[in-house]
Amino acid sequence: MDKVMRMSSEKGVVIFTKSSCCLSYAVQVLFQDLGVSPKIHEIDKDPECREIEKALLRLGCSKPIPAVFIGGKLVGSTNEVMSMHLSSSLVPLVKPYLC
Amino acid sequence: MNSASTHFVPTSRVGIYEPLHQFGMWGETFKNNIGNGGSMNTPNHILIPNNQKLDNTNLSEDTSHGTPHMFDQEASTSRHPDKIQRRLAQNREAARKSRLRKKAYVQQLETSRLKLIQLEQELDRARQQGFYVGNGIDTSSLGFSETMNPGIAAFEMEYGHWIEEQNKQICELRTVLHGHVTDVELRSQVENAMKHYFELFRMKSAAAKADVFFVMSGMWRTSAERFFLWIGGFRPSDLLKVLLPHFDVMTDQQVLDVCNLRQSCQQAEDALSQGMEKLQHTLAECVARGGLGEGNYIPQVNSAMERLEALVSFVNQADHLRHETLQQMHRILTTRQAARGLLALGEYFQRLRALSSSWATRHREPT
Repeated sequence: MDKVMRMSSEKGVVIFTKSSCCLSYAVQVLFQDLGVSPKIHEIDKDPECREIEKALLRLGCSKPIPAVFIGGKLVGSTNEVMSMHLSSSLVPLVKPYLC
Repeated sequence: MNSASTHFVPTSRVGIYEPLHQFGMWGETFKNNIGNGGSMNTPNHILIPNNQKLDNTNLSEDTSHGTPHMFDQEASTSRHPDKIQRRLAQNREAARKSRLRKKAYVQQLETSRLKLIQLEQELDRARQQGFYVGNGIDTSSLGFSETMNPGIAAFEMEYGHWIEEQNKQICELRTVLHGHVTDVELRSQVENAMKHYFELFRMKSAAAKADVFFVMSGMWRTSAERFFLWIGGFRPSDLLKVLLPHFDVMTDQQVLDVCNLRQSCQQAEDALSQGMEKLQHTLAECVARGGLGEGNYIPQVNSAMERLEALVSFVNQADHLRHETLQQMHRILTTRQAARGLLALGEYFQRLRALSSSWATRHREPT
């Protein structure tokens, strides 16, 4: 979906969330802890919420929310982000986008 | 006649006989008896002495000769000895059967009593270990009330087996580490131990779907373990704290890797903790929303329920973190180090469980 591709490249680190989703919030907090200020898209406030969710799933995200893009590329949902962080592969990825 | 009368003469010890033994005075004494309120119906009364005053030998001597009743028996014995014998044999048999029945009954009682004690002990043990033994225990059906979740009941059973297997593995690790085994053998032990932990996370995931509050409460764990509870289990950073002192020599790379792991683990934990806090805030807001006394809580209930669904994700995410932490430690360490680490971890939880038991027993001692 073009809209998703466009939105995901708006900034170095982009996270698709929902305002009610606390797990998305946790992921947000993690990136902030790493010194990154991600762009947050609360898709429940978007009229095309359903389509965006479907598009995110089609792109290969294990769960539509949260969906994390780094450098315009899909990294994954909470599981993937946590695994990467524990294996020390997340920090190098976000390095170019530190505040 | 004379001999009979002499038979009737009691010893001087028997006071009661004295007015009665004279045959001549029979009529008078009979009258006297009535006058004294004595019983006329039992001729034995006259002849059988007051028990307290006689000793047994006298009694038998006197009654065997004196009682007309006995005379009858003696007569019939002489006429039908086998009848008597048969009756005696039947009595003996009946008595024997009765004794056997009584013995069997007593044995049954004993077995049941032991079984009851055993069940009570098991229940106590289960309570000590913090198993969720429902508060509304129905005495008619020992154990769990009908409203108990089958998924949870299954989980508790599985967890019991998990602990047993865990204890076995800990013993094996201990033996293996003290002996001289090949790295290959050690590796298989390590793999098994890791798989065993992963199995627990899988079990917990299923249980969380059945009743997330149950998993979060840690009621399936012992009290000391519960003290350290973080989102339904142990903190991954605590795990590292327990493991690290047990590694004798680490390469520089290992030291660096472990340091990074500790930091990222801590950050991930903090992120999840903050997510949980937000969940609490939003749930509280949701429940408190609307005017007081409105009575109709239905719309809020639905959105509150949605919030609660998120708890399942958090429990799963926390377990995922535990899984990944173990996985990374396995990657960083050598086989032998991993074995030692897993032993240390296993023993740590064993000690916490033992501590819980000690604490529970301490409370039960009378003051």
